[in-house]
Amino acid sequence: MVPLSYYLLLSGILFVCGVLGFLIKRNIITIFMSIELMLNGVNLSFVAFAAHWHALSGQVFVFFVMVVAAAEAAVGLAIIIAVYRTRETLNVDQVNLLKL
Amino acid sequence: MTPNPYLWVIPILPLAGAAINGFFGRRSSKKAISTVALVFCGAAFAMALFLAASFSSASAPYYFDLAHWIRSGNFQVDFSFYLDQLSLVMLLVVTGVGFLIHIYSVGYMWDDDGYYRFMSYLNLFMFFMLTLVLAKNYLVMFIGWEGVGLASYLLIGFWFTKDSAAAAGKKAFIVNRIGDFGFLIALFLMIKHFGSLDFTHVFAGVRSLPTERAGAGLLTAIGLLLMVGAAGKSAQIPLYVWLPDAMEGPTPVSALIHAATMVTAGVYMVARSSAIFDRAPMAMMVVAIIGTLTALFAATIGIAQTDIKKVLAYSTVSQLGYMFMACGVGAFSAGIFHLMTHAFFKGLLFLAAGSVIHGVGGEQDMRRMGGLRVYMPWTFATMGIATLAIAGIPPLAGFWSKDEILWQAYNASWVYWLIGVITGFITSFYMFRLMYMTFGGEYRGAAVQEVHGHDAHGHGQAHGHGEPHESPWVMLGPLVVLALLSVVGGFVGYGNRFEHFLAPVFQQGVDVAGQGTSPEAVKSVEYLLMGISVGVAGLGWFLAYLLYSRRPQLPARIAASLGGLYQAVANKYYIDELYAALFVKPLIDGSTTILWHGVDQGVIDAAVNGSADAARHISDTARHMQSGNLRSYAGWVAAGAAVVITYMVWMGVR
Repeated sequence: MVPLSYYLLLSGILFVCGVLGFLIKRNIITIFMSIELMLNGVNLSFVAFAAHWHALSGQVFVFFVMVVAAAEAAVGLAIIIAVYRTRETLNVDQVNLLKL
Repeated sequence: MTPNPYLWVIPILPLAGAAINGFFGRRSSKKAISTVALVFCGAAFAMALFLAASFSSASAPYYFDLAHWIRSGNFQVDFSFYLDQLSLVMLLVVTGVGFLIHIYSVGYMWDDDGYYRFMSYLNLFMFFMLTLVLAKNYLVMFIGWEGVGLASYLLIGFWFTKDSAAAAGKKAFIVNRIGDFGFLIALFLMIKHFGSLDFTHVFAGVRSLPTERAGAGLLTAIGLLLMVGAAGKSAQIPLYVWLPDAMEGPTPVSALIHAATMVTAGVYMVARSSAIFDRAPMAMMVVAIIGTLTALFAATIGIAQTDIKKVLAYSTVSQLGYMFMACGVGAFSAGIFHLMTHAFFKGLLFLAAGSVIHGVGGEQDMRRMGGLRVYMPWTFATMGIATLAIAGIPPLAGFWSKDEILWQAYNASWVYWLIGVITGFITSFYMFRLMYMTFGGEYRGAAVQEVHGHDAHGHGQAHGHGEPHESPWVMLGPLVVLALLSVVGGFVGYGNRFEHFLAPVFQQGVDVAGQGTSPEAVKSVEYLLMGISVGVAGLGWFLAYLLYSRRPQLPARIAASLGGLYQAVANKYYIDELYAALFVKPLIDGSTTILWHGVDQGVIDAAVNGSADAARHISDTARHMQSGNLRSYAGWVAAGAAVVITYMVWMGVR
């Protein structure tokens, strides 16, 4: 039996990788993937806790997150395509109209 | 007391007229406007007559409670109306003279662009004046009191594009506010000490005070404060300054508001409060002294005025002084009697003056009139009657009432009487001076400019020959009726009938009933005094005739020889300048330096601008966070999350 702390550590590493990727990368697709990485890091901790406490609510939450992530992926990819069509780039530093 | 459901209808009628003309008048024809104004005002007059027909000197007062207004603990004020002999006299005077002046206004104001506005204001004034007169408690009276002030303001400043008219309106309003302040404090005192503002309750409370001395201080304070209010509304020293300026308004306004009705509201209020004043001899004395001084003071100013309406304005102030003198010596019914006759002849004088002004094309300076008796015989005749009446020539109306006042004043103190007689002399002099300057001699004015298109009058006369012309009949009619009233109005008081009629109201006043049976010695004194006052009136007439008809060059020489004194009189004793230096200028300077530059700009504006500046500076710094760069946003989110997590871990929050 692998101890809970291992799962949590892995989950934290995955999450931090996601955060760093989100902050550092310039390509929107990569950023998008970083988000998925963060979500899955969190999912991992959920199932780990669920197994540890023998409670199903954690697993239910994971399904919920996966559904939302699927929806998010659909919307997000659509936005990325739209951005690419108008700006001909996927570099977020050049997509900066949202400023004062 | 008898309830009477018609009472509240009387004031509401003119209000309806005012509302209809005010809201729809702009798009109505002038005929429709006139009809509405006259019908509603005339209906009020008819109602008043209808009530008067069933009301005798023995009748118990009518009252009507329209609605509750203020209920607070034991204190209550209702919208209630009240009619006794005193209010009946006022009611008839206000609606009767008011109706005549409405008719006159149709002719006088026909060509004015603001015709509908004028008629609406006039009706509005009638509503407030009737509310004032018919009130059953001091607070409803106060509604009317303030309302007539508002109507007066609107009508003085009727030609508001003229700076002087707008300023005069403001002056009237502000000076009246000073008086109203006193009135209000008096009301507060009544609430505190009698727990009510209802006339019957307050007066019963006053009468139930145990002895003559009890509550004398309180009653004196209330009396004096009421007098402050009355002095403001009725243009007595020291608050009379607004009335002469109020002549900037159209002439029917001067006649209705500033001669016949509104300015007498103060006299009415003092007479209404006779129960209070009877118990406050100090306050009575102040009323008498103020009245006497005002009568003399204003009359002297009237001598040297050249504007026909200004003469009449000072004459009004002076006559109001007579009324206060009467009230001050306890002869309330004599004061009200003079109020009534004054409404007839002074209303007539103003309307006739308006007819003159109308006839000579807007000129108001008597030095550019003269000889008008040829051109406007009807105006001349009616104004002549009014002049005889105000001068106190028997048997016209003014003689009876003024003589009654002087006789009562003599009974109180010969000083009042003497000053009253001197004032009578001056009154006679300046009124006949006005007559001779306006109607006597040759016409001195320029050819009349047709300032208003007379074709619109519909009286079909061809003007434009450059000569003064008589006014149309819609204006002359009211003059004739008022002239009749000025002739016969005085006989109401013959044999003290007027006093007996008002006796139920003033039953607690000084004993006036004994006069009918006064002994022969007293009678002979009364006739002697009557003779003297008629004599001085005749003397004033003669002097005016001498100076302004026989030797027209003499007045200028006399004026020159008097030098400074004449200048002082001609400049109204520099009272306006004195007030300006004493009150207005310090107020303006103080407001400018302390309130405007100091408080308003220094504190309020500074606080507002300062907070706006601070917000702008902070935002200016903070907006750099909002770069539009997605990764920097993400960085902020991450940093924020880090801070929150650190905090929670640090504090051990679970």
